[in-house]
Order: sequence, then C-alpha cells, then structure tokens
Amino acid sequence: MPRTARDVVFVDGVRTPFGKAGPKGIYHETRADDLVVKCIRELLRRNPDLPPERIDEVALAATTQIGDQGLTLGRTAGILAGLPQTVPGYSIDRMCAGAMTAVTTTAGSIAFGAYDVVVAGGVEHMGRHPMGEGVDPNPRFVSEKLVDQSAMFMGMTAENLHDRFPHLTKARADAYAVASQEKAAKAYANGRIQSDLVPVSVRRTNPEAGETGWGLATADEPMRPGTTLESLAGLKTPFRAHGRVTPGNAAGLNDGATASLLAAEDVARELELPVKMRLVSYSFAGVEPEVMGVGPVPSTEKALAQAGLSIGDIGLFEVNEAFAVQVLAFLDHFGIADDDPRVNQYGGAIAFGHPLASSGVRLMTQLARQFEEQPHVRYGLTTMCVGFGMGGTVIWENPHFEGAGK
Amino acid sequence: MTTTQELLKGAADVFPDEVVTQAHVRHLDLPGGVGRFALITLDNGFDHTKPTTFGPQSLGELDAAIDQVEAEAAAGDIVGVGLTGKPFIFAVGADLKGVEVLKERSDAEAIGKGGHDVFKRLSHLAVPTFAYYNGAAMGGGVEVGLHCTYRTVSQAVPAFSLPEVFLGLVPGWGGCVLLPNLIGPERAVKVVIENSMNQNKQLRGAQVHELGIADALFEGADFLEQSLHWTAAVLSGQLAVERPEIDRGEAWDQAVAAGRAFADAKVHGAAPAAYRALDIIAAAKDGDLQAGFDAEDAALADLIMGGELRSGIYAFNLVQKRAKRPAGAPDKSLARPVTKVGVVGAGLMASQLALLFARRLEVPVVLTDIDQERVDKGVGYVHEEIDKLLLKGRVGQDKANRLKALVTGSLDKAAAFSDADFVIEAVFEEMGVKQKVFAEVEAVVPAHAILATNTSSLSVTEMASQLKHPERVVGFHFFNPVAVLPLLEIVRAEQTDDASLATAFAVAKQLKKTAVLVKDAPAFVVNRILTRFMGSVLGAIDEGTPVEVADRALAPLGLPMSPIVLLELVGPAVAHHVAGTLHEAFPERFGVSENLGRVVEAGKRGLYQPGTTDLDPEVAALFETGDTVLSEEQVRERALAAIAEEIDLMLKEGVVAEAQDVDLCLITGAGWPFHLGGITPYLDRAGVSERVRGAAFHAPGVASVPR
Repeated sequence: MPRTARDVVFVDGVRTPFGKAGPKGIYHETRADDLVVKCIRELLRRNPDLPPERIDEVALAATTQIGDQGLTLGRTAGILAGLPQTVPGYSIDRMCAGAMTAVTTTAGSIAFGAYDVVVAGGVEHMGRHPMGEGVDPNPRFVSEKLVDQSAMFMGMTAENLHDRFPHLTKARADAYAVASQEKAAKAYANGRIQSDLVPVSVRRTNPEAGETGWGLATADEPMRPGTTLESLAGLKTPFRAHGRVTPGNAAGLNDGATASLLAAEDVARELELPVKMRLVSYSFAGVEPEVMGVGPVPSTEKALAQAGLSIGDIGLFEVNEAFAVQVLAFLDHFGIADDDPRVNQYGGAIAFGHPLASSGVRLMTQLARQFEEQPHVRYGLTTMCVGFGMGGTVIWENPHFEGAGK
Repeated sequence: MTTTQELLKGAADVFPDEVVTQAHVRHLDLPGGVGRFALITLDNGFDHTKPTTFGPQSLGELDAAIDQVEAEAAAGDIVGVGLTGKPFIFAVGADLKGVEVLKERSDAEAIGKGGHDVFKRLSHLAVPTFAYYNGAAMGGGVEVGLHCTYRTVSQAVPAFSLPEVFLGLVPGWGGCVLLPNLIGPERAVKVVIENSMNQNKQLRGAQVHELGIADALFEGADFLEQSLHWTAAVLSGQLAVERPEIDRGEAWDQAVAAGRAFADAKVHGAAPAAYRALDIIAAAKDGDLQAGFDAEDAALADLIMGGELRSGIYAFNLVQKRAKRPAGAPDKSLARPVTKVGVVGAGLMASQLALLFARRLEVPVVLTDIDQERVDKGVGYVHEEIDKLLLKGRVGQDKANRLKALVTGSLDKAAAFSDADFVIEAVFEEMGVKQKVFAEVEAVVPAHAILATNTSSLSVTEMASQLKHPERVVGFHFFNPVAVLPLLEIVRAEQTDDASLATAFAVAKQLKKTAVLVKDAPAFVVNRILTRFMGSVLGAIDEGTPVEVADRALAPLGLPMSPIVLLELVGPAVAHHVAGTLHEAFPERFGVSENLGRVVEAGKRGLYQPGTTDLDPEVAALFETGDTVLSEEQVRERALAAIAEEIDLMLKEGVVAEAQDVDLCLITGAGWPFHLGGITPYLDRAGVSERVRGAAFHAPGVASVPR
C-alpha cells in the first residue's frame, strides 16, 4: 500500500508554573499526576473546536515512573482529565527529553497515519521523586568501565564539559546565566510567558513554608531576577571542589508539567485548530555519557542534514539550559555567539527551572510564541541534552513566515 | 453588650473537647492581573474521615481570619476574599458534641448568636466575598457560604444539605433567612424541609447549581482554579452574575403552606423543628435579615433546650455510631468467609433474601423448594428484579448478567448445599417444619456452615435443639420490605458459638444492614414491642373504644403510621399469629383480640375500607365490643405504659444490652422517628418511665438536657 507522510503541526502547548522541589516549594503537597491533568484540561479549554474524542493518543513522559508518576500516566491522566474512555494513553521516558520524545514519537505516528491528533507532554515532580529514586544501575557499568562513574551525576558531566572545552570558562557560564535571568524577567514583564501558564491550586499545611491553606501558583517559583555576576561569583561548586558548575549557572531541581496538542496539518485545518509550528525534522543522538551536555551537537547535525538545512537557516533557537556550559558548548560548536539574540529570547531553564521530563514542551511553547512575533523567521529549533549521553533536536517551520510563498 | 469574642469564649469554656477548625488565610494573585486575593481555608487538621465542623473556638478562628481580611480589604490591599475547605470537605456544620453539652439557654443562645455574628461579617467587607463549595457541605457549612456575595460549587460534591430539621433544629446561622431570599421560598422549603425530612436527602453539586444556591458549577479536577478564574472575571467586570427575581407575593405564602403540609404528613405536628423553620421562612418574605437572624437565634435556643432535638441527636448517634459497632458482637476476626449461600424455600421472602445476598455478597445463591414450579418461580422473581434494576440503570448489563448467573434453583439440597457456607431458611413459620428443614440441611452442608433462620417469633434455641451441631444456628430476622428497612435482628440461641455469631455479623455488614444482637426471646425486639403496643390499642377497641378514637390516640407522637394502618401493613393474619405466640409466652401481658381473630377469619386485609380511614362496615359487623369507652388520652397513656413496661422487662431479661439497642431497633426496623429517639427518650421526657418503672431509662444528658 503506498503511503504519503503527512505534515505534523504543533497546535498548542501549555505548562504549569514551575516550582522549586523540596518542602518549601509551591508544589510540595501537590501530586505530579494532578499537575499534568491540569495541563491537559487547559489544552481542551483553549481549543474548544477540538472534540475530545478525536484525540488518538496521550503520551506523557516522566523520568521516575513510580507513585504518582507511575501507573501508565498517559492513560490514567487522560481519565483523570475527563477525556473520553476511548482515548488511549501511555508513558514514555527519555529522562530530560521525555516530553520532547513524546512529541517526536507521536508526531512520527501522525505522519505515518496512525493518529490524527495527540496530546504529548511530561511531568517531573523532583520534590516527590528526587533524581535517581529507585534506580538500580547494572554493576557492569562500573566493572567493565562501560561509562565513567561521573556519568550518573549530571553536575559532574557538566564539570567534565568544562574540562573538555577549557575556553568555556566559569566566567562565560556565569555571564550566560545572568543573561538568562534578565531575558526571563523581561519576557515576564512583556507578558510573553504568562499566557501559556496554567494556574494550579496548591495546598500548604506546613507553616514553615509560608502562609497555610489553599493558594494559587501563577508564576515560576525558581526565577531570580536581578541576578548579577557578583552574586553568582561566590556560589559553591557542589559537584567538584574549586569547580565551575554552581546552582547559579545551572537549572535547579524543580516540579512542573507540560502538555501540547499535535495534529496532522490537514486535520488541524479541518477542525480549524491553530497551527503554531510545522514539524520539519527531528533527531536524537548519543555521545559519551560523561559529557552528556554535548549531546545536542550531533543530534542537531543529524536533524539539519535530514531537513537539508544548514545552521545558518535557523532563525530562532530554544536550547534547554540544564547547565550554562552545555549551551555554550552547543553555540561554540556552531560558531554562534554566547549572547546571540536568536538564542533563548525569553531566557531558559536557568531562570524558569527544569522539571526533567516536562521541559521539552516548554521549549516548543516558547518557540511557537516567538514564531508568532517574528514572521520574518522561517525555521527554528528546540534542542536539549539528555542524561546518559544523549541529545535531541527538533526543527520547526514558522507557519506565519511571510515569505513562505504557498 | 457582649462582644462576639466574649460570647464565643464563654461558649468555648462549656465545650473544652472541641476539634478546632482553623481558618487559614493565604494570599494569591488572581489570574489576569486582577489583583491580590485572600483565600480562607477551613481545615481541622485531619483528613476527610474527620470532617471540618464549627464549634465556638472554630468560630473564633474564623472571626480572627475575618479580622485580618477585613483590615486588608479596608486598606485596599486585596480585591476579594474567598472561603474554601480542605480536600473533599467544605464544612459540615455545627459540632453536635458541642450541642449535647449545652445546659443553659444562655449558652444555646450564644452558639446561635456567635455563629451569626461571625458569618454575617462576610457580607459586610469592603470587597466581595466568594464561597467555593469544594466538597461536602452541611448545615453551618452551607450557611457560612450563604453569607458570601457569590458561590461556586464543585460537580464532585457528593453531599450538600441543611440537615437541621432532620435532627430537630432549624438552620440557625442564616439558612432559614438567606436561602429563601437567594433562591426563593419554594426551593428553600425543598432544601430546608423536604430533603431534611426525607431521611436527610443530600444534594449533589450539579443540583446545588440548578437550585441557584451556587452561581457557577465547575468540575472537580480543577475546581478551585476555575473558581478563581471565574472570580477574576466577576471582579474585573467581564462577567455579570445574574440571579432570578424572587417572587415575594402569594407564591411565598403558598410555598410555606406546602412546607407545612409536608411536615404534617411526616411528623403530624409532633416535632417542632420544621414548623419553627417554616415560621422563619415565612417571616423572611419582607427581606429583613437581622429580624430573621434574631428569630433563628430564638428558635435555636428553644430547640436546643428541648427534648426533641436531644432525642434527635441521640437517635443520630445510634444510627451513625452504635449501628456500626453492634453491642455484644463477638470479635470479627472469628468470622468465617461466606463464598456460597443457600436459601431454603423459594417463596416471596426467600426470593427477596436471595436477591439481597446475591447483590451484596456477590457469591452464588441457591434456592431450594419442594417442587420445580416453586423453584422456577423464586428464581424467576429474582431475575425479574435484576432486570428492573437494569432498566432503572442501578446496575449495568455486565453486573446484571453476573447477578443472574449467581442465583440458581435446585430441588436437590445435597447437591446445592454441599459447598455452602451459609444457609438461611425462610419456610413456613412452624417449629416442626423448621426443625425438619434444619435436620435435612445439616445432613448435607459442610461442617463449618452456618444455619440461619428468618423466623420472626419462634424459639431459635428450640429450632436448633435436635441438631448434631446446634452451635452453628443463628437467628437472622429481617424486616419487610427487606430492601427498605435496615434492621436485622441477629439472635443468639443458647448454644450459638462465637464463630457463628461473628460470621452472622460479618454477613450483616456486607448486606449493609443494621445488625442488633438480641437474645432468643419471644418475638425478639421490634415485633414484641409493636405487638404489645398494638395489643393495648386493640384491647381498648375490644372494650368499647371506637376504632377511630383508639387509632388517633398516638397521633401526638408523630409515628410514621397509626396503629390500625400499621396493622393493615403487617397484615391482620400475621399480627394475630405473632400475638398468639406472645400470648403463649406471656399470657398476663399479651392478649389475643377475638375481634381481630374474626377479621382474619373473614379474610379481611384491614379494618378500614381500602385506601381510607373509614371503618369497613363488614368489619364493624364482625366486632363484638364492651361498653368501656376510653378517651384518646387514656388509650395513649395505656399504650405508652405498656411499651415502657415491656421494654423494662426486656432489659431485665437481657433481650438486648441496653435501651439504646431497643431504640435503634425501633428506628431502623419500624421507622420510629428521631424526635422520639426511637421511644425510650420520649418515655423518659413524658414521665411514663418514671410512672411505670420508677425511673427514667436514661441518665440526664443522654437524649436530654444535662443537669
């Protein structure tokens, strides 16, 4: 049977405000599944033209798939969100690129014709599920030296990256981090972020964490506007004595969820759903686990090659900021300046936070907003590094591009 | 004039054991940049199994929270105030324990006034107030929200009610006054009177919205978020909240009159609460809220100091607490699993039992009888009833298939009962027949099987006496209609062992019945009391009192039905049979009415013409009476004295553990009302107990105002 691959579009994306993990964080008493359920419901509310029964799949990512992030989250969250019982769902894991992989995997299935419309997203409640909870690494990793011992600890892999690229100094990393905070604060001031946030009711019973009772999370908790080079200079380097990676030039430990709607372009047109981005290509690639931060370089090379594009064709970049050095390594490789205005215009994970498996869709939601504002840009990309030595890249086309000539 | 704080402080001193509900104030930014908002969360610090209530200290906490938000509102720091509850619970009203301890009218007044003083502040802040009914809301919980400017309700709310009249109170923290002014008198009467008097019927979230109590309805998944979003839209003027105009004309009076008629039909004027509530609703027509609140305070104080409410709380505690922990039941760990049930007999009662066991236990149930036709009829009845449940949507098709497959019939007891764990007989009410049945069954069942009897008047001990293992026999006395009346009298015969009894209680719990342990005494509890009472009324008739006079005699008690109507429901033949049994046991107290015998012989179904309270002339022709005519009051005094004497004797005989069990039986097995507390609290407060047995059944403070 001959097949025609279908164009896949990003219809909409939302997220919860991100919180700080831990007993004082806004989501300390909020379940992970509830976070992602609220995102799915918001997507449905924002897109009333979409009959819920037209959703063919709910793919949700979480790194630690136990407790309130377990039980085949895609299915259970669908039921909790009030989707028809006919809508199936599953869980997916590629650590930090979980939501990104939920998007690419379902997008591939849409192109293949298996689905028309999907929900793809992710959640990570790092307060309830600290990194490494319940893991049981095979002893062969160490005994056979399959990976360096530092590969298990993301902060150490970031230090390793500084070793590999000595010219990417702590000073450059700190400067990058300060700029990220500045850009994020500006984006907030300009109202660029809030419109894609889903307010979440949050309960607090511990008076040490602040006012008790029910409250409402409406903004990202980790943000530190006003961060300066001086304030970063004195921070500790927890992963290595006299190292370079600090809590100031890395994303923190966070709680949050994201969800997006993807559709075949013809179906989106039929249902009169918005088309915010068109998928061009995607790719994942592996690197040495102990320098996982360099992963976006080969994944981007592959995705560009598949699309027949060069780095110069990309007008906007949304690079996840797990660590400043990892963004710098990417930019350095492609000859892009640390402060290139095309990169992370609204700031990044250093400011907003990085609840592992949820972050991929945040990048996409922000890129979609930037496309809308900048119709002169045709292509943009979202990319992120992934634990255990991987990178993922998705290239998108701006449907608002004025010179598209269709 | 005392301040609210002084008032509440005084009330708190009377009730030191209060579980205090905190009122947490937390600030948040409303979506859309609408402004800063103060949200008050009512939370007693426990999970949903201990719902949030209001006692005096709790009211003080809320008062303090309102102090804070009032100042913030006045200073322009906030744009609105919200009120919500902990997960699954909004608030379930006044703490009844706090009502039970009140001794002085002034304390009762303080509770009413204190609640008003605190709650009504919510309607006088400089900013609008919002109640978000997130979960169960009852009584004062509903009322605190009525004082707010706006309300939203969650579709997930399973229970929302003003149960005060059900207990013997009025909604006295604004409910009687604010509700009709919000949703109109007709709907208010439905909530305050009808639902409350219909076994405390609960509203669901969607109904709360339909009735107009809540201005908006949101799904449970993000109820609070959507409520706050809605709040932002209201405060920013994007959304105008519209409520229908209330008809303050004749419709108001008509609604109140309809409420009175409803109350009359339920309690026949015998309990004051509904009438007091209706008086306040009637007066609320003029919209004078403060006058209404004052009337609520007065009604609360009167009712709290009255016997009906104390009996109501006593009855509520029996049904809610004692019913769940039956007095005298053995350790439940002794209970054996029941994985298959046998029913001997396939008549109507047996079929009803089969249906009940199949639905609740979801294990195979086999009916047996003496011929195939009877068996088929019995199984057919059960299958038809299951089909009816399916049609009504009470069960799905899969469940209906499962239930039908569970209920089968057999002529071969050996095959049918060889693996049964529990066999109940519902055959003809005659000792010889029942003994024979038990002997047959014992020969074929496993050694551990329980043999239960649904006898209403025969001795269970005697029934078991010829068995090899009499220790496995228990009485399991249901009340008709089985699906409606909750009571199950579990009879411990002389040789019944603890394991069998524990199994019986475990099964009763699975059947969702209110099990009461009774001794193997003639007619057990309910039938003995009803028969004694009926005998007293029939005796008066036999002596020459007109039927109508005798039948009206008990009306001031507000029983669910008059004696002669009850006789009709039970059936003259059954009543006569039970009377005969009790006469044999206690000839000095239980008479046998020859007139009733003639009625039975004539095949009459009652004394009245069908559907009326007019004496059937054919019955009148059968009657041979004396010429002693008693007044209604005399008939009543005799009947109450008879009941008091009989209960006293039953307690002395040890038929049940305590008077509480007698009352629990009468409430759940005969539908006797809360305001009588079953009956013993009424006998105490009417002075009957003192007259008949020289003392009250209960100490002061139990179902009465403590001294």
